[in-house]
Amino acid sequence: MDTAIIAINELSKTYQMGTVKVDALKQVSFAILRGEFVAIMGPSGSGKSTLMNLLGCLDTPTSGQYQLDGVETARLSDNELAQVRARKLGFIFQQYNLLPRQSALRNVEMPLIYRGVSAQERRQRAETALQIVGMDERTHHRPNELSGGQQQRVAIARALVGSPAVMLADEPTGALDTTTSAEIMGFLQTLNREQGLTVIVVTHERDIAAYAQRILTMRDGRLVKDERN
Amino acid sequence: MAMDTTKLLPPLDSASGVNWLEVTWMAFDSLMANKVRSALTMLGVIIGVASVVALIAIGTGASESITGQITSIGTNLMMVMPGSSSNRAPGMSTSARTLTLDDAKAIEALNLPIVGVGPQFGMTAQIVAPAADKNVTITGAAVAAQTIQNLTVANGRFFNEDEVKSASAVIVLGSTVAKDLFGKGQVIGQSVRIRDQTFRVIGVLESKGGAGSVDDTAIVPITIAHQRFPNARTPDGNAYVVSSIALAVKNKEDVDAVQSRIGILLRERHRLKANGSEDDFNIMNQASMLSMLTTITTLLTALLAAIAGISLLVGGIGIMNIMLVSVTERTREIGLRKAVGAQSRDILLQFIFEAIALSLSGGVIGLALGSIVALLVTLSGLLSASVSLGAAALAMGFSVAVGVFFGIYPARRASRLNPIDALRYE
Ligand SMILES: Nc1ncnc2c1ncn2[C@@H]1O[C@H](COP(=O)(O)OP(=O)(O)O)[C@@H](O)[C@H]1O
Ligand SMILES: [Mg+2]
Repeated sequence: MDTAIIAINELSKTYQMGTVKVDALKQVSFAILRGEFVAIMGPSGSGKSTLMNLLGCLDTPTSGQYQLDGVETARLSDNELAQVRARKLGFIFQQYNLLPRQSALRNVEMPLIYRGVSAQERRQRAETALQIVGMDERTHHRPNELSGGQQQRVAIARALVGSPAVMLADEPTGALDTTTSAEIMGFLQTLNREQGLTVIVVTHERDIAAYAQRILTMRDGRLVKDERN
Repeated sequence: MAMDTTKLLPPLDSASGVNWLEVTWMAFDSLMANKVRSALTMLGVIIGVASVVALIAIGTGASESITGQITSIGTNLMMVMPGSSSNRAPGMSTSARTLTLDDAKAIEALNLPIVGVGPQFGMTAQIVAPAADKNVTITGAAVAAQTIQNLTVANGRFFNEDEVKSASAVIVLGSTVAKDLFGKGQVIGQSVRIRDQTFRVIGVLESKGGAGSVDDTAIVPITIAHQRFPNARTPDGNAYVVSSIALAVKNKEDVDAVQSRIGILLRERHRLKANGSEDDFNIMNQASMLSMLTTITTLLTALLAAIAGISLLVGGIGIMNIMLVSVTERTREIGLRKAVGAQSRDILLQFIFEAIALSLSGGVIGLALGSIVALLVTLSGLLSASVSLGAAALAMGFSVAVGVFFGIYPARRASRLNPIDALRYE
């Protein structure tokens, strides 16, 4: 499968802060193939998160094009972007962002509510997703009853539950110790290899980036390096 | 806890919006997550709805009781009162002394199709019995009053024409008055004092029930009332005044004719010019009294309910306040929901439903509480207050409206949050 799942062309993002303009992203172009595992590296403030937000359809670019799974997204409305996120994307965050008062199962089910999936099917899919990440014995635990690594696994299950085309993770191991970080990255690698899931991970650590097949390096809002691992 | 990547999730096509039932569930879920806060927030609506429901029930009950009393007086009853209708509240007593005993006699002389003519002259005074005393309305009346007003004597007898002619100091007590003055003891034959005049009790009336009815009055011959009570004469001193003339028409159909005939007579007697000058008396029949009183009680009930409604409004503001706090606290949650695909509309619905769930739960509890208050009032025997289906529906409708109205602003704020900013929010 050599088709591009993501293709961006001269993508730019300028933040306006009062009278000051910040060019967070400057005419970045690249393509990511279906089934690739890509790491985005770069120092703090280099525009990694800005890029991820655009790739995640959480934000719209100031200029440039972005095709996701063959659909041009740069001109979509907020509601259309929400639908794209629901169908095609799975997110993993540094802070896990689980709903604190709800069980692992309910957390994993949550995205499906917005796709009108029936309660029964939601439950089945959420259970399967938790099995995939090896958390099927903790389905009724609340986030505060789980370790950081376990919480991140639940978050991965939540990202997987809607069968996304691309998994996006912005510093997914930023809050975890080295061993757990390795475990989580190992999970993402296995998912990528065995289920063909496209994974994009933002990190500023070399050993985390080492799990990817390809490393994009950012500096000052520009893509400065694109290397095979 | 090993991964099991052999498990595969099948592709998922459906991407239709949220299900309403699901949003309702989520709303209750998040309210249950913060029980104390939810309960306190509901309190305003609970108090508001409870007071609206109770006040409407009590108001309606009071109005029904008054209507019942007027009906019990007799359907064809008519009252002639002194003073014009324009310069006083209808139905209220007046100090005008424009109606005289001679007017009553003149009405009687017309030979109208009526049961009798009952001039009355009353005052409020203290009745002193050996063991107790009590302030009551004492009415000086004619013998005809008994038939006109449907008064039944439970014990003893009513006074007769001779006693009226001779201005005998005899008195007939309402049942409540008799009980308050003498308890369970002997009443007939006892003496009571009013303004230094001793009266002999000759009868006790049968109870008609209700506050302000004949049960709370005492009746004496009008002649002795005129002799003993103050302000009994017209300003020129030539005639005895009456505070009202009661009469009962034999047939309902004659009410209007009798009323206009008496009007003509009194205008003649009082030398009122045909053009211009206003009646210095006021004739009311039962139908007009009923409609007037209904207007007053409906107005009063509405007023009370409106005041109670203000507390409902305050409850609504409380909900808005808590919803705003909740939106701020849950900024990250909102960001997350949006990131995984919730549309602005979904978030809007979720928060509006939370506000409605708060106000509607408060409304249901308030309705129950208001019904209990109404039930207690009924059980106390004061009046029968019952919560109508309409009032209950109104309370529920109002609760939902309060939730929507005060929930919409916080919900809009939540729905407009930018997912990136919301996710970054600490
Ligand atoms: N919402 C924003 N408003 C203004 N400036 C922003 C905003 N988000 C990011 N920036 C700026 O854009 C640049 C890139 O930031 P970011 O993409 O977060 O970098 P990284 O994730 O690589 O640390 C930084 O200079 C940052 O200050
Ligand atoms: Mg960043």
